[in-house]
Amino acid sequence: MSTTATVENFPNSSAEPQENYLNARYGVRSWLLTLDHKRIGLLYLGTITLMFVVGGIAATMMRLNLLEPQGTLVEPETYNKLFSTHGIVMVFFFLVPSIPATLGNFLIPLMIGARDVAFPRLNLLSWYIFVTGCLLMLYVVFTGGIDTGWTFYPPYSSSYAHTDVFLAAMAIFIAGFSSILTGMNFVVTIHKMRAPGMTWFRLPLFIWSMYATALIFVLGTPVIAVTLLLLGVEKLLHVGIFDPALGGDPVLFQHMFWFYSHPAVYIMILPSMGVISELITAFSRKRIFGYSFVAFSSLAIAVISFLVWGHHMFVSGQSVYAGLIFSVLSFLVAIPSAVKVFNWTATLYKGSISYEAPMLYALGFIGLFTIGGLTGLFLASLSTDVHLNGTYFVVAHFHYVMVGGAVMAYMGGLHYWWPKITGRLYPDLWARFAALIIFVGFNLTFFPQFVLGYLGMPRRYAMYPAEFQSLNVLSSAGASVLAVGYVIPLIYLIWSMKYGPVVGPNPFGTKGLEWTTQSPPPTENFLRTPIVTEEAYNYETAPEPEVVRV
Amino acid sequence: MASHSQDPAHGHQQVEEHIVPVSTYLSIFVALLIATALTTWIAFQDLGNWNVVVALTIAVCKATLVVLFFMHVKYNKGLTRVVLIGALFWLGIMITFTLSDELTRHWEIYPQAWTGMIVPVMRHLLF
Ligand code: HEM
Ligand SMILES: [Cu+2]
Repeated sequence: MSTTATVENFPNSSAEPQENYLNARYGVRSWLLTLDHKRIGLLYLGTITLMFVVGGIAATMMRLNLLEPQGTLVEPETYNKLFSTHGIVMVFFFLVPSIPATLGNFLIPLMIGARDVAFPRLNLLSWYIFVTGCLLMLYVVFTGGIDTGWTFYPPYSSSYAHTDVFLAAMAIFIAGFSSILTGMNFVVTIHKMRAPGMTWFRLPLFIWSMYATALIFVLGTPVIAVTLLLLGVEKLLHVGIFDPALGGDPVLFQHMFWFYSHPAVYIMILPSMGVISELITAFSRKRIFGYSFVAFSSLAIAVISFLVWGHHMFVSGQSVYAGLIFSVLSFLVAIPSAVKVFNWTATLYKGSISYEAPMLYALGFIGLFTIGGLTGLFLASLSTDVHLNGTYFVVAHFHYVMVGGAVMAYMGGLHYWWPKITGRLYPDLWARFAALIIFVGFNLTFFPQFVLGYLGMPRRYAMYPAEFQSLNVLSSAGASVLAVGYVIPLIYLIWSMKYGPVVGPNPFGTKGLEWTTQSPPPTENFLRTPIVTEEAYNYETAPEPEVVRV
Repeated sequence: MASHSQDPAHGHQQVEEHIVPVSTYLSIFVALLIATALTTWIAFQDLGNWNVVVALTIAVCKATLVVLFFMHVKYNKGLTRVVLIGALFWLGIMITFTLSDELTRHWEIYPQAWTGMIVPVMRHLLF
């Protein structure tokens, strides 16, 4: 490992490391025209962070409004626009691309020992398409907004639309193509670009989960694109598709919407499960318990996720017979999810665990995802869902999986690979502190919502009966704690890019090809093509990564 | 992949450049145009319940031509076909499960719902 010595030999912490993908070329042009997967990952990182801020501001205003039963801040119409903006921006413009487009782009080639993704130009194109979608969405938000909710159900979005639904739908339509391109790129990359010796069963589990995610991207995203397009077709050409007055069927919209959008929730959670597999093994210094089970459960989740969408439609007028089928199948999806949770816990058993910031996020994930997943089963039971549908219980459920699960893992992953991405370390104590704040703030915000929903408080209203106030105040208070938890990392991560101590190739002493090259990696990732001779997470037999260089 | 794969013997997973003569593309293109004209014409004939069936049959034939020739599936084996079959299978999932709802609702079925679709579109586009 000759590179190790040279990189770590930098005497003072502000010294730039040797030539790498960040300092190889400078200037705006070199970024906007880059074909380097690592730089494209960072372009995505910047973009989705901005979108996260937009979605976050909308959420903050909602929680402020809900401090008092009559609403403190905005008109009901504005409130409708706030939750629609929040949902659309957070789902389609932040969480769907979050881990795949940033960490996935950055890490897939590094983890499989490739020089880049299979189609670097498509990769850059996908970012431009995504930015176009973002800009269009922001245009809609700042010129009147949209009030249909993120689900675009007709007739809110058709006969009774009084906002620019079509433009917002087009924004998602456009952004969808960046997902499709990214998915295609990842599938081909993982099939074709693995380094010599990197067999399928030596792949890090992050790669398996990205592969499963990429399949959902490719198979699901076209359907949401077509669905939103049909909404426009109906409006412009007056063809009856979803509007009963024209001979259409509004429930058909829900079928098509959820055919994509349920798998899409797994687009959000699968990558985070991949990250967690990396973090748990890294910080308990152990091989994953049951590698192939964890790997195949990703594929199983990807497949089953396409068979359960009707669980969002139990009270929509869908037939009871279909509801029954979708309910049973929804219970099935819990199996591979549980396999993962059990295998992570089994991995921890007798591991030599350390509590670095990424590990704190990972442990938080396991607990919160379990709560989120189990409450999903309440909702997947036909009879309980009749009571819980459309209440804050649903809101709490999906925030536990999407924020407590997916966003926690995203933050954990960002912290784990940050030294690889930037070549510098963030202040460890602050990072652990922020992870704790986020965990506390999150639970304070969303746990009361389970109770509120169970008691019958409906979602998507600007006002509520007075008896719900104390729980709502608790939730809003939690939201402010959570906000602080997100702002702290934003500050110290940006700070660390310039002032953080410079690190060597493998600051955490963990396994994986990405840790065998310098930090930040050179433009071509590896100076020599690595040859892989061992399975992933081989902590037991070899203390040092055994990647032979030719 | 090997750009020098001139080997006429087709290897299993080998990706090979198959040169399709321009004339093939042109004749497929013409076939598609004819089918489109046919669709348009049929749209103005009232075939009752057969309206949808006929329109969809023509559409499927056109899609098949595009997939086989323009998308080169005819000349590619292995993984490419897996991808195609997978995509069709997923389409099947969507249709089957949606029908599992639509067909078991015991609602009154309006025969005009879908058949009524094509004519207005054409009217709108053409006149
Ligand atoms: C463990 C498996 C899961 C099951 C069985 C499950 C079940 C359900 C059910 C039945 C609903 C519909 C509730 C209703 O509207 O009445 C629902 C809503 C939702 N779930 Fe899950 N879920 C699971 C995991 C997830 C995951 C992993 C995510 C995201 C990362 C997620 C995100 C959502 C969202 C966004 C909604 C609400 C959509 C809306 O109406 O706006 N779920 N879930
Ligand atoms: Cu779902």
